[in-house]
Amino acid sequence: MELPGEVVAWFADPANWTGTNGVPNRLVEHLRLSGISMLVAALIALPIGLAIGHTGRGGFLAVIVANLGRAVPSYALLLVFLPIFGLGDAAAFPALVLLAIPPILVNAYTGLREVDRDLVEAGRGMGMTELQLLLQVELRAAAPVIIAGLRIAAVAVVATATLAALVAGGGLGRYIADGFGLRREDRLVAGALLVALLALIVERGFTFLERRTLLPGDPRRPSAADLAPAPRADIG
Amino acid sequence: MIRWEWITSNASQLVEATLDHLALTAVAVSVGFAISFLLSIVIVRQRRLASAITGTAGVLYTIPSLALFAFLVPFTGLSFLSAQIGLVSYTLLILIRNIVAGLDGVPADVREAADGMGYGPARRFLSVELPLAMPLIIAGLRIATVTTIGLVVVAAVIGQGGLGQVMVRGFNFRNDTAVYTGAVLIVVLAIMADLLLAGIGRLVTPWARARGS
Repeated sequence: MELPGEVVAWFADPANWTGTNGVPNRLVEHLRLSGISMLVAALIALPIGLAIGHTGRGGFLAVIVANLGRAVPSYALLLVFLPIFGLGDAAAFPALVLLAIPPILVNAYTGLREVDRDLVEAGRGMGMTELQLLLQVELRAAAPVIIAGLRIAAVAVVATATLAALVAGGGLGRYIADGFGLRREDRLVAGALLVALLALIVERGFTFLERRTLLPGDPRRPSAADLAPAPRADIG
Repeated sequence: MIRWEWITSNASQLVEATLDHLALTAVAVSVGFAISFLLSIVIVRQRRLASAITGTAGVLYTIPSLALFAFLVPFTGLSFLSAQIGLVSYTLLILIRNIVAGLDGVPADVREAADGMGYGPARRFLSVELPLAMPLIIAGLRIATVTTIGLVVVAAVIGQGGLGQVMVRGFNFRNDTAVYTGAVLIVVLAIMADLLLAGIGRLVTPWARARGS
């Protein structure tokens, strides 16, 4: 099989590292679209998730959002938005924002709900205001769960931003779309490797933050004796 | 905007695409379940293999679907097999997590009671541990099925997309009706599959229903 050599040659070719279709530019396009979508989604989902998590009212909203988020596939959403918003990033941006909202909102809500009530009552007893409780106690204790929500959203957004290339968008997915269109397997596989690598780096980065923010003594803190995956509702 | 006559005149094509979509999903979830079940038993027996198995499944789960399908094309072509390799890969993490959590959740004294009643390991597993793990296993199957129905849409890029094909063709020929019809059918399919599995879950765990209500 000559393919591995061809893919190495693709990566070694300086032409693939400069200009509009070079890896640096495609990476910046990918990160820009993903980053802005994540930012907008977080600005919408975090305040709502934190509000219903703190007050404990409107939990049904979190359940509805979680179920809707699971039932609507990302590529289908993207294709549905095309006739409405136009080709490329114009359709991808709203699709990515909608895709990222459910995991962020649901994890902010469940994260806050799972905070030890004694901790909150202790803060209240010390005379903290509701806002202080939220910002200094609940947000700190729920940080790993909230970051897990951001991780799930970010991985989904980076993956779906790849699909944007199929509908005339930019980003690293361009190599895959062109690889299919031009029947160039070197480009196809090189693009697939770049996209997979980016998704894994994003996933690892958020997982690192998640572990760092776990409070000492948290049962979710990984230890050598505990390799069993905990049942969690956050996947999919 | 929606041309209703297109839907009626293409009804047979839509039915075929829906059945295609269901077949792709059913094969992927079944094969994924068989693999996950075996790997989960390995994990429960040999705990030190847990992080290696779930770690690998986690990496597969993180790889974007388009990248995975693209990567497979030079090896297995634009084929049913390529689609299945990708789709099965994505079910593993979800199913293994839930099966292991279900089996781990069986209380130790229940296990001992079964031993005390003279159950052998196989009978204890089949008639005590497995039924008690069923609610979490079914929960995993529901998530895996709904996720797979969504991922089949992406498999349209390698010509295997079921209703995804209808949507992509709709996009290519500027036929908005096809795009919207495909999307609605996919969401309906996902919800119906989820409800069906939830119903099966209730049937196979009658004790949970009696206790719950």
